[in-house]
Amino acid sequence: MPEIVFTVTRFGFLLLLWVFVFAVVRTIRNDAYAASRAGKVVAAPPSVGSPPGGRRAPRVARHLVVTGGELKGRSILLEGAPITMGRAPDSTLVITDDYASSRHARLVPREGEWYLEDLNSTNGTYLDRAKVSGPTPVPLGVPIRIGRTSFELRP
Amino acid sequence: MSATASVPSATAQPRGRTRRNTELMLLLLGLVIIMGFYAAADIALTKQVTSSVFTLPLLLAIPFLAAHVAVRAWAPYADPVLLPAAALLTGMGVVFLRRLDLVPDPYNGIDEPELTTAAGRIDFPLFAGQGIRQYFYVLGALVLFGLVLALLKDHRILSRYAYTLGLAGLVLVALPAILPASISEVNGSKLWIRLGAFSIQPSEFAKLLLLCFFSYYLVRKREVLSLEGRRIFGMVFPRGRDLIPVLVVWGAAILILVFERDLGTSLMYFGLFVSMLYIATQRTSWILIGLSLFAGAAVLAHTLFSNLQLRVMIWSDPWPYAENESYQLVQGLLGMGTGGLFGAGPGQGQPEKVPYASSDFIIAGFGEEIGLVGLTAMLLVYLVIIARGLKVGLTVRDAFGKLLAAGAAFTMGLQVFVIVGGVTKLIPLTGLTTPFLSYGGSSLVANWIVIALLIRISDTSRRPPPPGVTAPGTGGGPAKPDRLDHAPTEVIKL
Repeated sequence: MPEIVFTVTRFGFLLLLWVFVFAVVRTIRNDAYAASRAGKVVAAPPSVGSPPGGRRAPRVARHLVVTGGELKGRSILLEGAPITMGRAPDSTLVITDDYASSRHARLVPREGEWYLEDLNSTNGTYLDRAKVSGPTPVPLGVPIRIGRTSFELRP
Repeated sequence: MSATASVPSATAQPRGRTRRNTELMLLLLGLVIIMGFYAAADIALTKQVTSSVFTLPLLLAIPFLAAHVAVRAWAPYADPVLLPAAALLTGMGVVFLRRLDLVPDPYNGIDEPELTTAAGRIDFPLFAGQGIRQYFYVLGALVLFGLVLALLKDHRILSRYAYTLGLAGLVLVALPAILPASISEVNGSKLWIRLGAFSIQPSEFAKLLLLCFFSYYLVRKREVLSLEGRRIFGMVFPRGRDLIPVLVVWGAAILILVFERDLGTSLMYFGLFVSMLYIATQRTSWILIGLSLFAGAAVLAHTLFSNLQLRVMIWSDPWPYAENESYQLVQGLLGMGTGGLFGAGPGQGQPEKVPYASSDFIIAGFGEEIGLVGLTAMLLVYLVIIARGLKVGLTVRDAFGKLLAAGAAFTMGLQVFVIVGGVTKLIPLTGLTTPFLSYGGSSLVANWIVIALLIRISDTSRRPPPPGVTAPGTGGGPAKPDRLDHAPTEVIKL
């Protein structure tokens, strides 16, 4: 067996090993890139395009965007079902915050508006610095705060 | 309550890509590397090229490709990197063990006499020796991998059986200590259960079971453990009575050290608990408390056990004892030194000179044959597995899954650090298995179950939410076209 064969296999193998490492790193990078782009697409308001039928009110809340806290940047598409918030794992928005109760608050749609309701939480729910006691309508862009997490409705 | 019956879309980022084809490509690349490694080693050792060069790599391809199909079927949105990375390491381990079969092993002289044929060439039947036994362990491990993916549809199911799993874990931890030494002792450590030809290392499985239990327990208790406390030097220290769980685990780890005489295993359990405590509570003080408890126990153990004194002695200066106590460590270091930057080449080193080249010192063998450049690449592959595990922990929504994934990844990292650090004389040597590489069924099966769990959890965290199914004829919610006009923008932009 000529010496050259050993040399080629030896270095070829090392080269392939590093090709694998770089392929893996590239996959991870693409993955992170795709995820951040996807995040942006959702968080941004949808492009103007005329709504089909044209009968919906122009400024209807369609997203709940987290603007502060651990989940910052996340966005939930509002589809007409109530949104529950709290530490319980079956909440729509699971808030891992020491100051959140397990069933903290919920957002309920009623006649085209979203109402914020505090579910008897320990530390309270705030709508733009005012503590929420009964069901309160939430205007667009006004911050809701639970513990260290804050979010707002966006079109 | 509104009148709708739709499922709220709990999405963060809708992602439609499963990335299974990427996984397949990476897996195929890994298989090519395994094939190249085996071919190079086989040709160098047997000095001939035969078609048998491809037998073992092709056999190895079967379970890994089957595992890929299983992931496609049962966890289509899983992380694409975990399976190929683990497969590459496992395959290289099998090939290396087969390569060790091809040379006479001075410490395990079972198959020695028949190695050389009349023509003076090395010839050793494929279906004998450690290499093929490890291959069968791989088959078993991947069958279990598939079973976990197929049967465990949601990792949160595990939290329902947390106490049962925890109890089973404790039994497995304690079993080798209670059993008589004739059954459980191997090389001075009571870590085994030997039944006839079979021997299993229960600590590998106990690790997994306790991981599930700790995750469940800490999810339940983390408010208590993280809210109260006094602030000293900018760190919040827990109250005295909140220290009880960590002290209990510490005591248990010391008992393991005393009765099973193995520092590595004891360190692994304690490190597992402290790291998960830190992840659950986000309190730096737990790490400080854990490290000081560990340091105290280590100093105490060092004064009490001659076994440990010896380990520390040969770690601080192995050279005076190179012929007896530290023979293994020194041979490993010399081997890696011989390998240098690029290694002697697969099949061209003498890794068999190190005792336990197939288990504890397999890293030294790799270092000799593929050099620093190759070994670094392998450690990076480990790093990728660990980093992806932690990433899974970051992205999954439920707290139990977070702790499970992060704890599993951290344990693997700790294990790699302890054994590689021991072999390279960074820290005193303790006997832990090298995940995926070293010879032995228990470790291989347990680590592949960890990979299966990580794949299951990553599938949950990356899966796009189910499309909201609006019940027909309901008012209150937005009309159907709303969702339809929204959907294509997301899909196209991705």
